[in-house]
Amino acid sequence: MSKITYSIPIGPVHPSLEEPMTFNFEVHGEHIENVYLAPGDNHRGIEFMGMQRNPVQIIYLAERICGICSASHPFAFCQAVENAAEIEVPVRAQYIRVVIAELERIHSHILWAGVAAHELGFDSVFYLSWRAREEVLDILERLTGNRINYGMFMIGGVRRDFSQELILGIRKTLDYYKDIYGKLEDIFLKDPSIALRTKNVGILTKEDALRLCAVGPTARASGLNKDVRQDQPYAAYADLEVKAITPDVLTGEVNGDVYDRIIVRLLELLQSVQIIEQCLDNMPSGEIINEPKLVKLLNQLKKAKGMGIGRHEAPRGECIHYVKLNEAENPEVWKARAPTYNNLMTWVPMLLGQQIADIPIVIASIDPCIACMDRVTILNQDNGQKNILTKEDLHKLSVQKTRRITP
Amino acid sequence: MDYMKPEEIVEYFKSNLGQSVIESKIETKISGIKKKSYNIIWLKVKPENLKDAVKLLGKIDYPHFAIISGDDIGEEIELIYHFSIYYGERFKEISINLTTSLPKGDLKIPTITDLIPGVQTSEREMKEMMGITFEGLPDLPNIFLPIDFSKGVFPFRKDEKGVYPLSKNGKYIGGNIIDKEEVKKVE
Repeated sequence: MSKITYSIPIGPVHPSLEEPMTFNFEVHGEHIENVYLAPGDNHRGIEFMGMQRNPVQIIYLAERICGICSASHPFAFCQAVENAAEIEVPVRAQYIRVVIAELERIHSHILWAGVAAHELGFDSVFYLSWRAREEVLDILERLTGNRINYGMFMIGGVRRDFSQELILGIRKTLDYYKDIYGKLEDIFLKDPSIALRTKNVGILTKEDALRLCAVGPTARASGLNKDVRQDQPYAAYADLEVKAITPDVLTGEVNGDVYDRIIVRLLELLQSVQIIEQCLDNMPSGEIINEPKLVKLLNQLKKAKGMGIGRHEAPRGECIHYVKLNEAENPEVWKARAPTYNNLMTWVPMLLGQQIADIPIVIASIDPCIACMDRVTILNQDNGQKNILTKEDLHKLSVQKTRRITP
Repeated sequence: MDYMKPEEIVEYFKSNLGQSVIESKIETKISGIKKKSYNIIWLKVKPENLKDAVKLLGKIDYPHFAIISGDDIGEEIELIYHFSIYYGERFKEISINLTTSLPKGDLKIPTITDLIPGVQTSEREMKEMMGITFEGLPDLPNIFLPIDFSKGVFPFRKDEKGVYPLSKNGKYIGGNIIDKEEVKKVE
């Protein structure tokens, strides 16, 4: 029997997505034989824009690199500038930064859990988990004034302090998450259908994760005991006991499949709650910003010369910013690297040998800002016939597979 | 696991690469109430020895690669490879930044994708944005820029090959970004 492969392009652009991209699959029947990635459809040149602005203006640009990681990028950027200009951050500000970053992690991981459930066809779980996410968004809004794009970070500190009343509010939110955690664990880890769809699907071996420089939950689910908060504790993480979570904590083994990625993210949810509690218990009093006068700060940055890197463990993995200041108003170089940039290439080993119906969950499993697959064309190379598959069709295929294999 | 101290790592590089290590700097960063610290190393090496430096790094520990950043500093282009080594234990990870300068007349450097495959995305980015030739890197299509982007225009460059408003001679006011011939071909 001759082996004809078909090529399926998926993507590229969906306007609501952080990272639209094109996937080109070569399939034989249902089997994925090869994957070609083509990102960059929505390259906005943010670094280029940043290099024409002063560092304080860049913070707000950095916040908008990603809608979900709107604390991670300014966190890393501020650290890079502080390292380059040798600005010290007051300890209370370091604690506030960590609380905001961890609240963001809770909301990002629950968002992901909802998306994953949706891709598998469990829309009720999707609704329930996104309902649970509202609580953390509410407290973020009370703390910062915004549900996303918090505007909390400033070079040398943070812009708003927490009052006692707000701290009580955070504690109440944390209690809520401790309450529902058991339910989330029940739904995601004990449900037979989710296990059937995610176990041994989209496997990334430890070697591949290391060679392809994977970061974040994707790397940890493959057994790489790697977390910037643990390896190179910055800000208040230096005082907190943070340990990288690998799936063997729960199951005793590492498979590197989608199921393991669910485990890592769920456990990290609980870990974030504990980190925030530690922060609130030990939060010192004092200043929240090194230099409250903006004009003075800008003048200081204008005279600064040096290079700095800032690293932060974003919900999706290590986020690193490099800044070079050269006695000018604008930084000479600003380079930002988001976690998905490194995790991009891990899709190839994950997707090879999988079925078309598994594409959505495998792609979703590294938590990119996924669903760029708003249109898919299947081109029959023999007769040149063209069929268009929409994102809905792909989603339907995935849901059908869940129904088919569920007892 | 044995961990080398940052001073030992710098010494290790100097004893193996000799004169090729042009500059070295160790930074210590302190944070938190307890004032614990971690280290960042900056090394500047000659471009012909960059690959050897990465190989040396691999002998210490399999390095985690983050990104390459580039800076157009006039006559030369500076590339900085950001790595980190030693993961898994608190405060042990060391960031290592390998800097190298390429003269504008000869923007060539060997690829390190054979040592660390994960570098590919970043090398392709630098190829498009800075116009660096990575020897041994397969000639793949543009990854971040559109396919009809002009050849010979590099957005991160600050000379006449860059784009507005960074071009100094003022000739290039964005009009050089799209290659009209390429657009016709695509259409």
